[in-house]
Amino acid sequence: MSTPALEFNDLQLAYMVRGQAREVLRGVSFAVQPGETYGLVGESGCGKSTAAYTAVRYLPTNARILGGDVHLAGRDILSLDKKELQNLRANDVSIVYQDPGQALNPTIKVGLQLMEAYQLLGQSKHDALTNSREILRKVQIADPESVLGRYPHQLSGGMQQRVVIAMALACNPQLIILDEPTTGLDATVEAEVLDLIRGLRDEFGTSVLFISHNLGAIRAMCDRVGVLYAGKLVEEGRAQDVFDNPQHPYTVGLLRCLPRHGSRKSAQRLETIPGFQPLLGAPLPACVFVDRCPLATDKCREVAPQWTQLGDRKVRCHHVDRVHELVSSALPEGTPSTVDRSSTPMLVLDGVSKTFHQGGQAIKAVRDVSLELFAGETLGLVGESGSGKTTLAHTVLGIHAPDQANTITFDGKNLKPGTRKRPADQVRGIQIIFQNPDSALNRRHSVRRIIGRSLRRLAQLPHSEVDGALQEITASVRLTERHLDMRPSQLSGGLKQRVAIARAFAGHPRIVVCDEPTSSLDVSVQAAILNLLGDLQHDRDTSYLFISHDLRVVRYLSDRIAVLYLGRIMELGPAERVFDGPHHPYTEALLSAAPSVDGDTRERIRLDGEIPSAVNQPSGCVFHTRCQRRLEGDLCSTVEPPLTPTPDGGVIRCHIPFDQLGGQPVALRS
Amino acid sequence: MTDAPEAGTPHAGPATSSKDIRKELRGLLYRSKTFIVGMLILAFWVFCAIAPGVVARQDPAAIEPASKWIHPFFKDGHFIGTDRRGADVFSRVIHGAREIMIIAPAATIVGTVVGVVLGLAMGYFRGPLDDILSRVIEALMSLPVILVTLLALTALTGGRLTIILLIGFLFGPIIARTVRAAVLTERNLDYVRAAELRGERASYIMFAEILPNVFGPIVVEFTVRLGYAVFTMAGLAFLGFGTQPGSPDWGRSIFEERSSLLSDVWWPSMMPALALASLVVAINMVADAIQGMIDR
Repeated sequence: MSTPALEFNDLQLAYMVRGQAREVLRGVSFAVQPGETYGLVGESGCGKSTAAYTAVRYLPTNARILGGDVHLAGRDILSLDKKELQNLRANDVSIVYQDPGQALNPTIKVGLQLMEAYQLLGQSKHDALTNSREILRKVQIADPESVLGRYPHQLSGGMQQRVVIAMALACNPQLIILDEPTTGLDATVEAEVLDLIRGLRDEFGTSVLFISHNLGAIRAMCDRVGVLYAGKLVEEGRAQDVFDNPQHPYTVGLLRCLPRHGSRKSAQRLETIPGFQPLLGAPLPACVFVDRCPLATDKCREVAPQWTQLGDRKVRCHHVDRVHELVSSALPEGTPSTVDRSSTPMLVLDGVSKTFHQGGQAIKAVRDVSLELFAGETLGLVGESGSGKTTLAHTVLGIHAPDQANTITFDGKNLKPGTRKRPADQVRGIQIIFQNPDSALNRRHSVRRIIGRSLRRLAQLPHSEVDGALQEITASVRLTERHLDMRPSQLSGGLKQRVAIARAFAGHPRIVVCDEPTSSLDVSVQAAILNLLGDLQHDRDTSYLFISHDLRVVRYLSDRIAVLYLGRIMELGPAERVFDGPHHPYTEALLSAAPSVDGDTRERIRLDGEIPSAVNQPSGCVFHTRCQRRLEGDLCSTVEPPLTPTPDGGVIRCHIPFDQLGGQPVALRS
Repeated sequence: MTDAPEAGTPHAGPATSSKDIRKELRGLLYRSKTFIVGMLILAFWVFCAIAPGVVARQDPAAIEPASKWIHPFFKDGHFIGTDRRGADVFSRVIHGAREIMIIAPAATIVGTVVGVVLGLAMGYFRGPLDDILSRVIEALMSLPVILVTLLALTALTGGRLTIILLIGFLFGPIIARTVRAAVLTERNLDYVRAAELRGERASYIMFAEILPNVFGPIVVEFTVRLGYAVFTMAGLAFLGFGTQPGSPDWGRSIFEERSSLLSDVWWPSMMPALALASLVVAINMVADAIQGMIDR
């Protein structure tokens, strides 16, 4: 075999924290072959980003290599001097980071930044400019000339990431390291960026180290994959094999945490992985996963498992022969939904619009949205960023006032704009769970104070009853007494989100807006939170307005789904139908964009370009500029289709008759 | 990091307790030489302000024209000599600490309170209130503090309280700007929105939710302003405000003794000047150390 592009040999790395070595990588070995894409997956804190930085020796000053070595294109990078290292970074390897907005200098035009990458290689200004133009065309930027003259903030996130990738390609590297390159991008944009990377890899024959927590993206991109847990690889093999037939209990657990195969809260609960990943630097048990493993035996505590070779894959487990028990074990049953749609709806929106005025321009964020939400029901709101999901939710919460008064009715009464103008029962009745618990919880307050305050304000409990209620609510979100006196910074991400959930539920709300409540969490934590949200809804008959960009999560929790585009409802209907079809062409494109852990079975529908600006909205059907099923003639571009009722009680906004709409359930079902 | 099992008891998860964190930060502060030296000097002057008689036994007001201008050091029972009236310079310097150690902190506290209230209101409400107050503050800040105080003190009767309030109100807007900037970042965080969504009053959100989170910058601003207050105070005293002729106050002493510099008698004016410098430097050292710890 030829020399690997990148090779880790039993690498051990620690960060020095207050004089103590905290081990992050505990003997990691893997190799990326020339032209191969190798994926590293794992939850936060498993060491995957550290591995990426180690590959180019770009480490913080407190990092110490305790053993092992790293070879990049056959050279031992740990023994290079400063000059050689610089040369290597300039010529042989490139890194693309998660946030393209931070990788570009906001004060310098894109063209100059891109040319710099070439000039660094010793090219003249003229050559650098020609090459920059060329490389932008390679990353599928249609109009390189205009992009070169723009500042980074004038580009969308997807375009920025293309520019960063173009810069990474400038030196024609042998290896590109992609560290969560699509996290933070919309699914549609993510799909395009992944396609692009795949195309470039094939064209240039570059090796890729792809790091992500998104199992679907890894499956879509990688030839081989390594599963990293607590700084140790626990399973390695061809991506397809690892995902279709996981052989390590951790991999099995991870995959079973995801809502897959169109699973719904009413049918089954999600699997969770009990316990926590070992702390950085904590003494490890013999097998790193033993404390959370359902198959653990005494042997696992005494003897560290070595690699078990299974064909072309490796698993670090003593009980490979018993893993199939886990795969086939049934998930606990879910709680059947009991939504009574003949009752009076809890919330009625009747032609709600919201226009923001900025610099003399009218930004139509939400246009004429009508919908109903029943007691105990979950309505999923889906759409790309800029589709108006959050604005709509904020209008319901009273953060924004709708353009016309009296368009929102809550529990039979008109809902006033502005939280402060609402009577106490309306304030209490609609609460929210934010995306990021770090920002949503006051870091100077204890958990007791955070939840207690809501109990006093919202449930209006007298002082004497607060303690009892506090116990009850913390128990129902599965926090313990001990957590009450802690500050948010002392809790893990999942526990913080539980506190936020307890706060939202303190006043017995009728409606809870869930604004991407699990998108900042790891998959196993996400599963626990989704189970909790399902339980709370079942016990308290609460309605959810559920916003998420993760379609599987939306499908798992939602009874009905509204698909928004440029502030309009394009489609609204029962979750199964919206996902399985017939559905709107936009929904179809959204669904096909999301990479699946189960492998994509169908050709991806490409959406051209970005979501249009809400200031200058397209004429006719707002989606016609990107629609893959636009009709011949100019019907779509001149006449806005009305919302047509569908047989299942939903609505759809399309000129194509309902029974001719796309209906093949895409990757989400296998 | 993953989450708790559904049925079992959730763990607290990986965390060090907040007590540990605070202890660690305090440890860092105590290990900082800047902080310790600054604090020691500061403590010395505070002690002098409280009990000057313990440090310097001689009466600072005892005038003995016969023994004027005794040279330092340790001659005729005077540690650092005597001034033009024959009073003990050491005693005067030590006793001179009191006035400044009362007025400067008091003025800074007034300024901080004014600044915090203004800054919280501007940062939280924004809009026209913020626009108007910001312009007013910019206008105020373009005037030299000492000049405004001088004018005001000439117009008003220059008692101790007047000076405290004057300096306090002049410092307020400066502190308000720092607090406002910190509040602007905080008010965009979701916990503020969560409080609004449960119908909290603006005053609760400002003082109970936001204030604890902007405490760091306020402490730093307080210490920095304290240094400036000492300076301003001394300047005013030098110009003859706020102190009686013959009082041991440092600014006043420098003013009264400065003419003897011409006859090579440096100590009666130099010694209070050194005292003043040591106090200002000490305060700035403490401010630096705290700032460094907060930025960490």
